[in-house]
Amino acid sequence: MSKNSMGRDHPAIEAYGLVKVYGENRALDGIDLTVRRGQVFGFLGPNGAGKTTTIRILATLTRPDGGTARVLGHDLIGERDAIRARSAVTGQFAALDDDLTGYENLSILGRLHGLSGAAVRRRADDLLDAFELAGAAGRPVGGYSGGMRRRLDIAAGLIVTPDLLFLDEPTTGLDPRSRNQVWELVRRIAEAGTTVLLTTQYLEEADQLAEQIAVIDHGRIVAEGTSAQLKSRVGSGTLHVRLLDGEQRPRARQVLAGALDGTVRPAADPLTLSVLLPAPADATDVGRLVGQAMTMLAEARVAVAEVTLGQPSLDEAFLALTGHPAGPAPTDHEDVNA
Amino acid sequence: MSTPAAITRPAAERTDRIDLLLAASPPRRRAGALAASATFGRRAMLKIKHDPKQLVDSIAIPILFTVLFTYLFGGALGGSPGDYLTMLLPGTLSMSIAIVTMYGGARLAKDVTTGAFDRFRSLSVWRGAFVLGGLLSDAARYLFASAMVVLLGLAMGYRPEGGAPGVLAAVALVVAFGLSLSLLWAAVALLVPDQGVVISIANLVLMPLSFASNIFVQPSTMPGWLQAVVEVNPLSHVATAARELMNGGAGTGAVTWSLVATAVIAGVCAPLDLHLYGRRG
Repeated sequence: MSKNSMGRDHPAIEAYGLVKVYGENRALDGIDLTVRRGQVFGFLGPNGAGKTTTIRILATLTRPDGGTARVLGHDLIGERDAIRARSAVTGQFAALDDDLTGYENLSILGRLHGLSGAAVRRRADDLLDAFELAGAAGRPVGGYSGGMRRRLDIAAGLIVTPDLLFLDEPTTGLDPRSRNQVWELVRRIAEAGTTVLLTTQYLEEADQLAEQIAVIDHGRIVAEGTSAQLKSRVGSGTLHVRLLDGEQRPRARQVLAGALDGTVRPAADPLTLSVLLPAPADATDVGRLVGQAMTMLAEARVAVAEVTLGQPSLDEAFLALTGHPAGPAPTDHEDVNA
Repeated sequence: MSTPAAITRPAAERTDRIDLLLAASPPRRRAGALAASATFGRRAMLKIKHDPKQLVDSIAIPILFTVLFTYLFGGALGGSPGDYLTMLLPGTLSMSIAIVTMYGGARLAKDVTTGAFDRFRSLSVWRGAFVLGGLLSDAARYLFASAMVVLLGLAMGYRPEGGAPGVLAAVALVVAFGLSLSLLWAAVALLVPDQGVVISIANLVLMPLSFASNIFVQPSTMPGWLQAVVEVNPLSHVATAARELMNGGAGTGAVTWSLVATAVIAGVCAPLDLHLYGRRG
């Protein structure tokens, strides 16, 4: 998906045993992390899991209480300025000035990046134009919608194209269309060669954007891998059975529970049941198991309308890995600033 | 919602622009320390431009104090308004500036809570720039407030014997002292990033400093222990120095003490601010 900067021998981020303690609470309890150059790395976890603390530490905004890290080859503590020069932070905690206009926000940040007056104007105009904000450039940011705000926030991180971009929950609170726009932006940025470390509480977002995903819970990484690897750790897949008659669902549930060694869950749709199939199993195994189950349903006179076998969702993976469900799906959110 | 252009413009064109933008990045260059400080000062000025009511404190407090204290305490002091303004106005100037210093700290606390502060800290910029830029805009605010007090005093009949040089020297001294207090409130704001708390702490310090001083009352009328407090209160020395400078016949004692107090507060707080700026979190 993204260009890999070959010829550079060190990863974008290498972290060992990062610890952060706030009073009694171990916000980070030993985080090890390796992010390749040019990769989109997703940090997935519920609120309070330690995602933002990790980003703040790696972006040199917070000092760790333990552990070491090298970011873009520079030591986290000793070479903070070099890291700051080559990375950019956007998202939840890196706020814009609400009372200033979009243009003024970019102009101030441009000057702080060492650009001259003319270069600032050109870059700010180009960014506002490319991010579809030219029409709102002269308006105070406080009046922007959530989507516009997030685009300006990302634009502010691109005044000088960074080698590493930290994106803290880039789509939290956005409506689906704004979310898709941000996703597209993240893909373009990654394709241009910038390493992206993003945090999200949305499984779909990690699935869509990240090549490598770390699942974090209570300050620890509980699983890491590609989306497919995480899903396969959970089980061989999910069997969805749709019945002709909803009245038969309890009976079907009983039969399936007996036939398959997995958890049977009624879906929201009153005709459907889902069974999380146990791992490991090869394809023939699954076929035989499902075949047997269908035979038993037929013998119990349960009429089946449709059978589908799919990979487990990242949601199911999260539940299995952490023992509790992840945050709500992005589509459940309204664009609160609209 | 996004602009209508987001829908009408073809997606391909949009993404091409972004690719071009990423490829055509300006060179990475570190902003100079002074340029960065000036930018932070400009930011504060832009904020005032967009939200002028930020200046209300700096206007209202000097006007209120000057008018109120002149007519409240003027009678007790006796003589014509011109006479007691001679005694009161330099003190009112010192107190007004001291009081309006707390709003700079409150704004910094707000920057910390909204996250604007973190965005600036994430940049490779000389860490003193943020503090120095804040001081630049504070200095402008204090000069503005000083002008309000002096002009109002002149309108009410005050005739400074020290003339324009004396008044300017007094304003410079008071503003310098105010800037040292700015550095103090910045440290408080970085330690306790909460606007309300910063204002409360500043009030707790500034109220006793203002009233346990020689601004309104001759210390000879006070009990001995309070006289001792007035003696060590830096604001007393600043008020005395301003009085001497504005009314002519300045001795070096009060001016020296004021400058020493300013230097001590700034000398302790400036390094502390820089340390807290780097360390926070």
